Amino acid sequence: MTAFLAMVARDLRLALRQGSDAALVVAFFVLAVVLFPFGVGPEPQLLSRIAAGVVWVTALLAALLSLDRLFQQDYEDGGLELIALAPLPLEAAVLAKCLAHWLTTGLPLVVVAPALAGLLQLEAGGYLPLVLAMALGTPSLSLVGAVGAALSLGARRAGVLLSLLVLPLYIPVLIFGVAAVEQAVAGFAIRPYLMILTAFLLAALPLAPWAAAAALRPALE
Amino acid sequence: MSRPSPSAARLFEGRGLACRRGDRLVFQGLDFELAAGGALVLTGPNGSGKSSLLRLMAGLTPPLLGALSWDGVPVSADPAAHRARLHLVGHQDALKPVLTVAETLAFSAALRETSADRVPPALQRFHLAELADLPCRVLSAGQRRRLALARLLASPAPLWLLDEPSTGLDEASMLDLLAAIAEHRADGGLVAIATHLPLPLPAARTLSLADFAPRRSAA
Repeated sequence: MTAFLAMVARDLRLALRQGSDAALVVAFFVLAVVLFPFGVGPEPQLLSRIAAGVVWVTALLAALLSLDRLFQQDYEDGGLELIALAPLPLEAAVLAKCLAHWLTTGLPLVVVAPALAGLLQLEAGGYLPLVLAMALGTPSLSLVGAVGAALSLGARRAGVLLSLLVLPLYIPVLIFGVAAVEQAVAGFAIRPYLMILTAFLLAALPLAPWAAAAALRPALE
Repeated sequence: MSRPSPSAARLFEGRGLACRRGDRLVFQGLDFELAAGGALVLTGPNGSGKSSLLRLMAGLTPPLLGALSWDGVPVSADPAAHRARLHLVGHQDALKPVLTVAETLAFSAALRETSADRVPPALQRFHLAELADLPCRVLSAGQRRRLALARLLASPAPLWLLDEPSTGLDEASMLDLLAAIAEHRADGGLVAIATHLPLPLPAARTLSLADFAPRRSAA
């Protein structure tokens, strides 16, 4: 447990001291969402209609931006080797990295999302479902993303490869995340959608670190 | 934290090891034996597989052929237990520019479930105590190396695998390293060192990797 917490604390400390990463992700999120009214026009009905989808899609892309750095730095400076040689299972180390990644990128996205949804005139009933759905969905983005980041490690143009690997896997989160908000606005129950997002997260929690660790081992040989 | 007792019978062995990097067979038919207090010096020209052998001993690379054993138990039976008993200091120092010297070492100790009170003596040992609060980005190459070596002392492990540990070290630091190795061996520790420089290690066995190079066919 000490080792797991030390991993999380180290990654948080690195993210906070290097600063730029988390801030960039949020800045990208804000800017990209702000572009939509310029692109589709400022009619409130139209914006309100697409608000949930825009916020979710942009959040996916923003989360994707930071993923290629998840293992890259440790891989290049030998830190990953140090971690792989620790008694802590590599799977647990990956989980710790995902947790730190979510705390520094996913969580800020969840916090900023209601403000951006307001900018897009999301109807009043949609805010709480949006925050709940994103709080349940963004950890899955970090976990699934870790698998992609591990697979593309060391590849040329890793960033592009990573998007191709990971974006299709984000589709379920996107569908049910957007549906939760839209159903709430339409006056239906959101519980089933939140439960599916939870199920996705619970499946990703053991599977993603295991798959990512399996993908990291050959990269370390 | 009890120190390993010198009497503990430890035997780290490799039998019939072969290693492949990419499409190239690096060495084959390699046997080694390293007992408590022993030192194994790996020599050989560049590319003869010194680093590969160390990585293989660490369990990072699976051997193409052959097997490693610790006290007669195959290492592959419990990889986590093997990782817990070794330190590998490779070519890369694995330092984060924004972490301080003390934080770097504290993390290494915590990663191996060791309490942080071994950190100050480890810093002292490699004369890093006065640099403890500096971020790693301001360290010189030699200081970075010393910090990487201080990890050996920040958490106890019976097996040290050192890959060209003398790179970038000045004479005084080299003596610190040799003293640390001597102490480690006196405590029953095992050391395998890949080196180009002749190191004054008493009763060390030398393994010349060139002897295990695969015979080249006229291809």
